[in-house]
Amino acid sequence: MIVARSLGNKEGVKIRQSIGKSIPRKETWEKVTGTTKYINDTSGEPGLLHAKIAISQHAHAKIKSIDSSDAMKIQGVKAIITGQNAPILTGSPLADRPPIAIDKVRYYGEPIALIVAEQEYIAEMAALQIKVEYELLPVVLSPSDALQKNAPLIHEHLAEYKRHEDVYPEPGTNIANRTKIRKGNMEEGWKNSDHTIEVEVTSPQSDHAAIEMRCCSAQVLPDGRVIIHSASQSPFVIRRAISQSFQIPLHKVIVHTPMVGGSFGGKSAIQMEFLAFLASRAVGGRAVNLVNSREVDMISSPVHIGLHAKIKLGCSLEGKMMAAEILHLYDGGAYSDRGAVMSRSGAVDCTGPYRIDNVHCDSLCMYTNKPYSTSFRGFGHPELTLAIERAMDLLATRVGMDPLEFRFFNAIGPGDTTPTQTLLDRSNLGDLPMCIAKLKTLIHWDELSLRETKGHLIKATGVCCFWKNSNTPTDAGAGAAILFNPDGSVNLLCGAVEIGQGTRTALTQLLAERLRMEERMINITMEVNTETDPYQWKTVASRSTFLVGNALLNAADDAIVQLKNIAAIVLQCSPEELDVGNGKVFIIDRPAVGIEIEKIAYGYKYPNGNTIGGQIIGRGSYAMRNLTLLDPETGEGNPGPEWTVGAQAVEVELNTREYTYKIIKAVTVIDAGKVINPQFARSQITGAMSMGLSFASREAFIFNDKGAILNPQFRTYKLIRYGEQPEYFVDFVETPHVEAPFGLRGIGEHGLIGMPAALANSLSIAAGVELNHLPLTPEMIWRTIYDSV
Amino acid sequence: MSSYNSALYPVEMEINSEVQTIRIRAADILLYTLRDKFGLTGSKSGCDNGDCGSCTILVNRQPMKSCLMLTIEADGKQITTIEGLMNSQVQNIFAQHQAFQCGYCTPGFIMNCEGLRNVHPIADEETIRVWLESNICRCTSYEEIHHAVKDIFTPK
Repeated sequence: MIVARSLGNKEGVKIRQSIGKSIPRKETWEKVTGTTKYINDTSGEPGLLHAKIAISQHAHAKIKSIDSSDAMKIQGVKAIITGQNAPILTGSPLADRPPIAIDKVRYYGEPIALIVAEQEYIAEMAALQIKVEYELLPVVLSPSDALQKNAPLIHEHLAEYKRHEDVYPEPGTNIANRTKIRKGNMEEGWKNSDHTIEVEVTSPQSDHAAIEMRCCSAQVLPDGRVIIHSASQSPFVIRRAISQSFQIPLHKVIVHTPMVGGSFGGKSAIQMEFLAFLASRAVGGRAVNLVNSREVDMISSPVHIGLHAKIKLGCSLEGKMMAAEILHLYDGGAYSDRGAVMSRSGAVDCTGPYRIDNVHCDSLCMYTNKPYSTSFRGFGHPELTLAIERAMDLLATRVGMDPLEFRFFNAIGPGDTTPTQTLLDRSNLGDLPMCIAKLKTLIHWDELSLRETKGHLIKATGVCCFWKNSNTPTDAGAGAAILFNPDGSVNLLCGAVEIGQGTRTALTQLLAERLRMEERMINITMEVNTETDPYQWKTVASRSTFLVGNALLNAADDAIVQLKNIAAIVLQCSPEELDVGNGKVFIIDRPAVGIEIEKIAYGYKYPNGNTIGGQIIGRGSYAMRNLTLLDPETGEGNPGPEWTVGAQAVEVELNTREYTYKIIKAVTVIDAGKVINPQFARSQITGAMSMGLSFASREAFIFNDKGAILNPQFRTYKLIRYGEQPEYFVDFVETPHVEAPFGLRGIGEHGLIGMPAALANSLSIAAGVELNHLPLTPEMIWRTIYDSV
Repeated sequence: MSSYNSALYPVEMEINSEVQTIRIRAADILLYTLRDKFGLTGSKSGCDNGDCGSCTILVNRQPMKSCLMLTIEADGKQITTIEGLMNSQVQNIFAQHQAFQCGYCTPGFIMNCEGLRNVHPIADEETIRVWLESNICRCTSYEEIHHAVKDIFTPK
């Protein structure tokens, strides 16, 4: 019986490479033909009911009564739900938020009732008929005001809230969380500081503004199963949150997430899902769809966090940094949600990527009567980076050093410790000096004059550095399964959500690399289903390719063992003599001899019909290693597997007659560890840079003195548009992170982080005044100049 | 209160080369008629206010934000949605340049480019800018879209 046969070529020795190739997105044709089904593309189904939220018109008020009788009279209205019908508190890490306001409202736009009707427009009409009697309370509209001793209390029962993770609220105040960093000896630090500077820097609350509005549907089946469809970054967290909040067994909650139409952190919070579930429960479990209007999406659903920062820095005569004292007051809004964790993240990386031995930082998440905040691309870092990098420019000027040279001189490196006293090495830190050096070359820094005047136009370049740790839970993890098909192709199952970042395509590249297959032979759907897909913590923190990537490499190795075992029997050799590649299992020493994977994917059938083995299914999983909670008194601990570092620059041309400006160039050099798909990587970086420039130059919610938002639509809340884009330059450094697949580092958020800082630094140089407050509108520049005279 | 549904008006329009007749409410918006009555969900809602352009379609070969048009205004008109394009050059070039990320705004950008090509087959950079600034893409930096559009309007 001869089973081993010659494969007739020598291709077995040539190893395919997938990493480093710009393959197109797997879902390319769906997207350019409009056939992609996003969450709300099935809302036209007959029989589906529709829900709408009625929102508060006050930022802080007691609810005296709610009259929904007129709304209920409208034909087609099926149910009206108020906070009294849903007396639960949600939110993680701190459960402080009722899905629908109970007893009081804490922000303009807070849900006060939920209407279920046969048609969307009927629900919308009914929402306008909900009559609420309020008793107005004084509003708190800035985190600094919230910190005042006599500030009105936004949460009277802070002590009673359940805590899911480490979070340290201070009852009797508006402090939802405080993280302390106590490193070194401050007295010593100031004693050795010949130069000190102090600065206050602010960035406002703004919006994620994904073009797809948040949307969710829910259905409760007769057997008790709850089916949720949601545009979300966190399907597995939805499952847990619905299960915990409504005492439903976890496995009975099934969450489907299709491709998501942009997210940027905003769809990681669990908000609409509670409402959709309550809506469905109120109508006997029928399927109910809930989609935000743009206005409601901007003011009612969670927003991008703001920050008031106070920084004091000291350095020696030579420019060596000695001490940093930092106060972060994050503007968390009415509820803490992920704002509490972002404020911790803002403590972890408070110094920026610089070696400072003496650090004192208090980073607080403050309650204010504003929309509540959740994760936004950069997770607290764009805001802290603006603050520390404005301070760095001021200190460089004080010392009389070139701003880039000053940063290079103080750049953190292997052997140093972070504010959390984590010891750094090349793997967990990367190479910041190399990023700075490459940036210098890219922008011809040495030939560039910092400020160049031509009539009323002034050109200037601002620089900054950034770093970011992921601040993930210590047990964040993911699984992966790979199923072989009888045509030799492989189905990859995993829980990472495709939000436009290209993760699911990049994951097929990692798998193709390990299995030495063509990417086109790896199938992946663009949906996640919590009942059939392996777990993944959440698609956030630029951690998906790391977590799922590690899991799928384990799954690939598991499958390779199975492939070799069965091939060894067929080829009558030992598994150690075999290797896998190009769709075959072959003998290492005689690559022409082997067997095609398609012949063994479902087991091997001998000519006489006897079959050995069965379907090849690889399984793998991964969870974070060696992370620790931070010490509540000193902040000591290990907050995440690695930092991503980089250096950025922005060149502007300021018109000193109108204070308008053009952004001419924007540059990022980032240590990516390993670039998996160059086209995706560049696109992630430039997309993030664009978002950062848009945010820094124009985006902010405008509040009146009562806390109402005056610009809840794209007509008045401006975003960067086609034609305004500067020339983008992106370059990579590749210092491997040893724990990561092929050494990669997170890059999804990082292009954004330094853009506000680099823009503020460039405009400050051009305008000749210190611009420390976003957004950097012409009016803001004019006012700063006018006020300084 | 059944009056909400009682007043229905007949409308006849050509959608993606097929004549369609439908009865609609006076308040029905074209975007939602296309999506809910014809299943043409390629046109997206992003603001319902004419600000973002993700609902852009062609009406008589010119781009129109379908969230700003009542269905009844489409009576007798020729409508093209992204589903009506058949492997067009614009789609191919967007695919080649990967001029999208999440893809939600993509049909709107593609339809706007199709309309621009109908009106100005060789548009210059300034014309392109004026037309394309009516659409918002929140994921990309517009760099990829710029490269794609340059490719579309460069004479071959």
